[in-house]
Amino acid sequence: MAGTAGKALNLKLKVWRQAGPDKEGRFVEYEARNISSDASFLEMLDVINVDLVKSGQEPIEFDHDCREGICGSCSMVINGSPHGPDRGTATCQLHMRRFRDGETIVIEPFRAKAFPIVKDLAVDRSAFDRIMQVGGFISVNTGNAPDANSLPVPKENADMAFAAATCIGCGACVAACKNASASLFVSAKLAHLALLPQGQAEREQRTLSMVAQMDEEGFGACTNTGACSAACPKEIDLENIARMNRDYFKASLRERSEKS
Amino acid sequence: MAAKSSYLTSTIGQKQIVALSGLSLSLFVLAHMLGNLLIFVSPEAYNLYGHALTSTPLIYVAELGLVTLFGLHVLIAVNLTVKNSVARPNKYAVAAEGAKATSWVQKSLFIQGLVILVFVILHLITFKFGQVYEVTYDGTTVRDLHRLVVEVFQEPGYVVWYFIAMVVLGLHLSHGVSSVLQTFGAAHPRLTPVFKKVGLAYAAIVSIGFVALPIYFYFIY
Repeated sequence: MAGTAGKALNLKLKVWRQAGPDKEGRFVEYEARNISSDASFLEMLDVINVDLVKSGQEPIEFDHDCREGICGSCSMVINGSPHGPDRGTATCQLHMRRFRDGETIVIEPFRAKAFPIVKDLAVDRSAFDRIMQVGGFISVNTGNAPDANSLPVPKENADMAFAAATCIGCGACVAACKNASASLFVSAKLAHLALLPQGQAEREQRTLSMVAQMDEEGFGACTNTGACSAACPKEIDLENIARMNRDYFKASLRERSEKS
Repeated sequence: MAAKSSYLTSTIGQKQIVALSGLSLSLFVLAHMLGNLLIFVSPEAYNLYGHALTSTPLIYVAELGLVTLFGLHVLIAVNLTVKNSVARPNKYAVAAEGAKATSWVQKSLFIQGLVILVFVILHLITFKFGQVYEVTYDGTTVRDLHRLVVEVFQEPGYVVWYFIAMVVLGLHLSHGVSSVLQTFGAAHPRLTPVFKKVGLAYAAIVSIGFVALPIYFYFIY
């Protein structure tokens, strides 16, 4: 380790271990010794897993992919906070220097009925995919790329749509919410289309369908606590939920009788 | 795009009904609080105000409306609380601290609601359906609510319970009043913080207005 500023940390981990979806889970304690303060949280778990594999035990299962905060794979709740204590970051961007030597860290999976545990810290987030499948896209033909400025989009709307579109669908909003509500995710997915001209044709039906699917999946209701936005690695704004609420109200009023 | 949607059973629709009924009840408690303050004008003003309210047939319409609003607010909130609790069957072992924590005021909304429900029932038993004293002003006999209020607020147990219930009501309003706008979709980067402050001020004014009576009659009167 010579030449790096990192110092070695010794930590105690309490990790949720659960062999499978229908198995009983429990916390298991591990000693994490000699962890570089420069390591990411996932690298720390890698070190633990190498030791577990060496000693013939099952490694801790957790989701990860890009490890640079953009894929939305990594999850887990660290000391009660989804993606750990820092705002605007995913678990993979959390560094061990954030913890004190000798500290005990409690690591749990995202807990929600709609996110069943697959194994240990890995949960099944396909409920989000099913919500997207009922309307999180534009199916009308929008033609070729139009000439510049032939389709005016106010700069403010473009910015808000882009901010909403940065949602990586990690599910931290659900994990953070006291009601396991998916409102922030669904509202971000609705907003990034509702704010642009191409999204208008299907705006109302999309809102009705995605909200219906959100409820169908068993997510809770929104209490406007803002915990979702605080836990969101992309800091999606609560204003999106307000937009969803008013679009849903309007769409419900305007909805025509069943076309069958 | 096939999923069926029904406003009245959706979480958003139900939240909006809770919000709207809650907002109406918030206006009621403000009016009730202001009416109570007439007791500081004179016993006669207070008693005649009560008489004026109850002697018109419109009182039955108003009471029916209030019971409906209160019932809707409670029943749908209970339904949502059950849904929310089902949505997270296994709780976390540790609660978040710092930036990602949820305030205890918002975590305890349901318990606050229960306290208010019990309070409202006891409050109706004590006052509306309580001891009837009478007093005559200029030949008109009216109920002497002033005397009942004074008597009730001599009991320390009742004063403490009333105080606690009104603080809980204040907490409930501090969340509810500013939350209504978000639930109906009126969020705005500039105005939302203002709404939050207005909600807090509203809750504080209602709460303080209500506790003024027991404090005055127990400690000063």
